[in-house]
Amino acid sequence: MRLKGAKILLETLVREKTDVIFGYPGGAVIDIYHELPNYPSLKHVLARHEQGAVHAADGYARASGRVGVCLVTSGPGATNTVTGIATAYMDSIPLVVFTGQVPTMLIGNDSFQEADIVGISRPCTKHNYLVKDVEELAQTVKEAFYIANTGRPGPVLVDLPKDVMNALCEYHYPSVVKLQGYNPTIKGHPGQIKRIIAEILKAEKPVLYVGGGVISSNASSELLSLAHKLSIPVTTTLMGLGAFPEDDELSLGMLGMHGAYRANMAVTNCDLLIAVGARFDDRVTGKIDEFAPLAKIIHIDIDPTSISKNVPVDIPIVGDVKETLSHIIDLLKKQDKQKDRKEIRKDWIQQINEWKSTYPLAYVQKDVIKPQFIVEKISELTKGKAIITTEVGQNQMWTAQYFKFLKPRTFLTSGGLGTMGYGLPAAIGAQIAFPDRIVIDIAGDGSIQMNIQELATAVQYNLPVKIAIINNGYLGMVRQWQELFYQKRYSYTNMDIAPDFVKLAQAYGILGIRASKPKEVGPVIEKALSTPGPVIMDFVVEPEEGVYPMVPAGAPINKMLLV
Amino acid sequence: MLSRVAGLFSGRGFNIESLSVAETLDPMISHMTIVTRGNDQIIEQVTKQLNKLINIIKVVDFINGDFVDREIALIKVSVNDGNRSELLSIINIFRGKVVDISLDSYVIEITGDEDKIKAITTLLKPMGIKEVVRTGTVAMSRGTKTKG
Repeated sequence: MRLKGAKILLETLVREKTDVIFGYPGGAVIDIYHELPNYPSLKHVLARHEQGAVHAADGYARASGRVGVCLVTSGPGATNTVTGIATAYMDSIPLVVFTGQVPTMLIGNDSFQEADIVGISRPCTKHNYLVKDVEELAQTVKEAFYIANTGRPGPVLVDLPKDVMNALCEYHYPSVVKLQGYNPTIKGHPGQIKRIIAEILKAEKPVLYVGGGVISSNASSELLSLAHKLSIPVTTTLMGLGAFPEDDELSLGMLGMHGAYRANMAVTNCDLLIAVGARFDDRVTGKIDEFAPLAKIIHIDIDPTSISKNVPVDIPIVGDVKETLSHIIDLLKKQDKQKDRKEIRKDWIQQINEWKSTYPLAYVQKDVIKPQFIVEKISELTKGKAIITTEVGQNQMWTAQYFKFLKPRTFLTSGGLGTMGYGLPAAIGAQIAFPDRIVIDIAGDGSIQMNIQELATAVQYNLPVKIAIINNGYLGMVRQWQELFYQKRYSYTNMDIAPDFVKLAQAYGILGIRASKPKEVGPVIEKALSTPGPVIMDFVVEPEEGVYPMVPAGAPINKMLLV
Repeated sequence: MLSRVAGLFSGRGFNIESLSVAETLDPMISHMTIVTRGNDQIIEQVTKQLNKLINIIKVVDFINGDFVDREIALIKVSVNDGNRSELLSIINIFRGKVVDISLDSYVIEITGDEDKIKAITTLLKPMGIKEVVRTGTVAMSRGTKTKG
């Protein structure tokens, strides 16, 4: 059957089991949009800015584990996706982004709405394609999905010239995809696994350092099993929050620049650091040559380039986290005579508990609302059932510290790139994936204004996302750095001029409510949760509150500023 | 493909000293030879990052003389009655060829490994080199091993 390129694209998306496309139309993709209503299984969510479309696809992907799909037009439509693509690239999120392009004979001619998006996105995509011939279209789309979702996931961009979308060819959905240069390693090397087990059984003060890879690999239950079997305390990175239940007795909380005191002390004093699906990022390690100085380091990761990139690793193992942890657990069952390690681990656990009680996470609240209180209240009132997205900065760090994450894929945040404006569209994407769950974006007054236009999308599809704005009138995190290291010169971080968020909500036809006193916080949250549709909560908070503990740049992680 | 590799090197701060690329026997596959410099950790990262690229089929790190390498250089040298015979004898010793003659300059074609090209360039400098164009190194493993 001979079909137009536009139909081939949509047919192939259906075969790839896509159910949502986040997009924004334009001239170069109008042919695709013309065919779209013929495919009712492909639901289209109209964003209000292409960046919003990509962040929404990203939130959808993180929450559901599926590949997020976007469709935008050429030129400015494509360039507007770059921040969203880079965000997904840094956090290894599977996306396929389709960008329109001018007709093939006009490429390179400075045509209207032309952009070399393949060139522009090359450094921030896992791979990208320009489809020059309609005969290659189906194969390219299938490859794009395969690459996005295998090995270390990542965003893939496919550039679609307008004439290719109108060209006809015989449609064949390829049955297999085989890429000669791409063969991710899934199973860990058995010899390395044996070495790992030997080290683990020897260690007296082990720590599991867990990152986003555990969530990508859906390995939370294997992690729980392993941690409990050997009584090994677990600390997670920002991206790993939710991989291990934070109410578990072995949970140390987050480590790194704004991590918990006990987590950073445990890592600094451990004799074995088992890194699982984490990449030794500079926010975690602090001063690299003083990171885990007493420990042998084991590193389990699917991406060989992450291993020994910053920190030399003693026992590296390349493989899928879920596979590898299962393998380790199986071998341990056969090998390990001592069933219960709780006794052996008693002293180490006790030391960790001492650190916990010496400097617990704390704040003092009197008449002005403290941001940490809001996060705690939301955590308490949603009882582990909500999906939380954040923006970037202080709002993000307080959420990471004070919210109790119990399950994977409940905390969606831009970790690697740190993109302000991520939270609202990501919440929209998550709500599309799970219409019946509570989805809350915890935002700052600066960040929320960056993609505020996406509120219209939330209203259009009646997505009951709840937005909690921690309103301190500042670009909070930068202000904190200016306070601590730049003699309080608050250069251009004052955000006094902002819309009245309650009135703004009303302008969008949704509920807006404000709390300015601590006793109003609980009732405002409860009202938001019980009101159908999107809601904006404006919390007026202490203007100069800081995120603590803090490891200053260049310091080792055991040298934290505590107040 | 070339832009992907070049972008990888520049984006991560790796240095490209020379780069040469062309088709192999299989027209769908190209062979690229890159000369770079760095300590063990950097070379390990370069190798891993290249392998990560979707279009890269295989990466081979040529070290320790277990390979043959060649490069072609075209050197335009100033020529006059005073240096003509010395120039021709140097070219002969290095088994180079004169590929262009004009009133005041010769263009020499010379093939060899990096050391040989460096040596002849050093010898010709005092005579006045007008221009040098090099292809970049290509290399191949010694013996019956093929790169697969």
